[in-house]
Amino acid sequence: MALTAEDVAGLARLARIELTKAELEVLAPQLDVILESVARVSEVAAQDIPPTSHALPLTNVFREDELWLSLPREQVLASAPAAEQMRFRVPRILGEEA
Amino acid sequence: MSLQQAAAAEIIRLTAVDLATKIKSRELSAVEATQAHLDRITEVDGEIHAFLYVDGERALASAARVDAKIAAGELVGPLAGVPLALKDILTYTGAPTTCGSKILEGWLPPYDATVTRRLLDHDIVILGKTNLDEFAMGSSTENSAYGPTRNPWDSDRIPGGSGGGSAAAVAAFEAPLAIGTDTGGSIRQPAAVTGTVGVKPTYGGSSRYGLVALASSLDQPGPCARTVLDAALLHQVIAGHDPCDSTSIDQPVPDVVGAARSADIAGMKVGVVSELGGEGYAPGVEQRFHEAVELLASLGAEIIEVSCPHFVYALPAYYLILPAECSSNLAKFDGMRFGLRVGDDGVASAEQVMAATREAGFGAEVKRRIIIGTYALSSGYYEAYYGQAQKVRTLISRDFDKAFSDVDVLISPSTPITAFKIGEKVDDPLAMYMNDLCTIPSNLAGNASASFPVGLAPEDGLPVGLQVMAPPLADHRLYRVGAALEAALESAWGAPLLDRLPERGAAR
Repeated sequence: MALTAEDVAGLARLARIELTKAELEVLAPQLDVILESVARVSEVAAQDIPPTSHALPLTNVFREDELWLSLPREQVLASAPAAEQMRFRVPRILGEEA
Repeated sequence: MSLQQAAAAEIIRLTAVDLATKIKSRELSAVEATQAHLDRITEVDGEIHAFLYVDGERALASAARVDAKIAAGELVGPLAGVPLALKDILTYTGAPTTCGSKILEGWLPPYDATVTRRLLDHDIVILGKTNLDEFAMGSSTENSAYGPTRNPWDSDRIPGGSGGGSAAAVAAFEAPLAIGTDTGGSIRQPAAVTGTVGVKPTYGGSSRYGLVALASSLDQPGPCARTVLDAALLHQVIAGHDPCDSTSIDQPVPDVVGAARSADIAGMKVGVVSELGGEGYAPGVEQRFHEAVELLASLGAEIIEVSCPHFVYALPAYYLILPAECSSNLAKFDGMRFGLRVGDDGVASAEQVMAATREAGFGAEVKRRIIIGTYALSSGYYEAYYGQAQKVRTLISRDFDKAFSDVDVLISPSTPITAFKIGEKVDDPLAMYMNDLCTIPSNLAGNASASFPVGLAPEDGLPVGLQVMAPPLADHRLYRVGAALEAALESAWGAPLLDRLPERGAAR
């Protein structure tokens, strides 16, 4: 399938990882080999086999709607990269043109 | 060696069961037991590097509390006062949880994992947090951002992964017990290559609450120990229903301790998986495995060859399902609420900061798997990759179902080869993935499995593990087989396998 460095850059953008040019060049052939190998799954999996997303049959799990203590705010914010006024401080989320 | 050193050398070689008995009868204090292990860590961990964080003061304080409880005649758990090493992917308030990643360097979790909580509630003494491949992605511990752990059998070799720190800590007598987590073999493969015992409970058998998720449909915490009974006692402590984990099984924990004590396999039907052997398996691995099979037969087990034709597709299916789940689970490392943040200069957007943070904070293998997952889940490829992998998962479960209608347990080597040299496979991800060839099917089907030591490969003198797989919630069968093997092998050898470990530290 020959994944190019540009293809990997596109995937990295989707995954929100700013890969360097050097990383892209190393990753592209590595990913190619891995993807070619894992593509073998299509050899056996015929149309009529149901997919398994989970090992055990799962049903919804319900509980009573009870009040629980939430995590202490000070403790949570103490491990945040930046906090202000008892809140997480985050970089701007809108583009310049917005 | 001074008398004191000799006493400490003896303490660290005790099993968890013997330690607990001595502590309970006040022949030995929990503080003495903890101090002996902390001293051992100081002595050997510079070389082994099993620990990322040693919690000495707190460990001694909890040991003192256990001693006080026992002195006051209070009821304590079966492993009260026994030291334990906790894999650094489970949260423990007051100690950093790094997951072996720079993105979580120094992060102090605001809550305890359920597994951690149960250890503490049972008066087990947590010595510290152990090294692992970053976010548990790897088979050698070389992917830790904080440097590799070394195999106590040969410090130029890997201790397995991802739980190499936990397995090495147990093998090097730094702790009699440890907690691991197993997504594709991360408890069993390190156990195999370090000559220790490692058990992956049935999926849902132990809680994932507070375990930093790699692949949620596969991850499972479990016990690491030097003996089968020690592992069973630890299994009993950590397992059982937890309302905080919606995939937790609301049923009694199988009687693993009773099974480990009985060690009776007479009449048990043991299936040897024909696909897990032959080409690509080291001669010493095959030899020790086949000797163990003969031993099981001599102990009264009925050996049956079983074919699981779809197991050969487990590895490719796993390396699609795992990256898909991990690319989604690791999206939470966005530099906003916890961990590292890079490039927040007041101008850059949240999206730019996130991309810069993940570039700086994640290592090469984590990036590789996130990219593969992103690819496998992208429209146009989803059906061919992730969709097909999920169908293979069904086929593997069907192979197990068919096999378990004929036999009680399945066995195979735990890993195709013994411990390899550090650095040997770092540039060849596919060769690294092959280490999990035998362990992955059990994760995909969600059943119970374990690795037990069966000797050293003649060609390199390194440990070989035998894997046992049992149906969901038949975890006790693993322990029956493990205990039977252990008793028979140790009586043949005249001593536990780890007695042959090269001496290090003051005892050298």
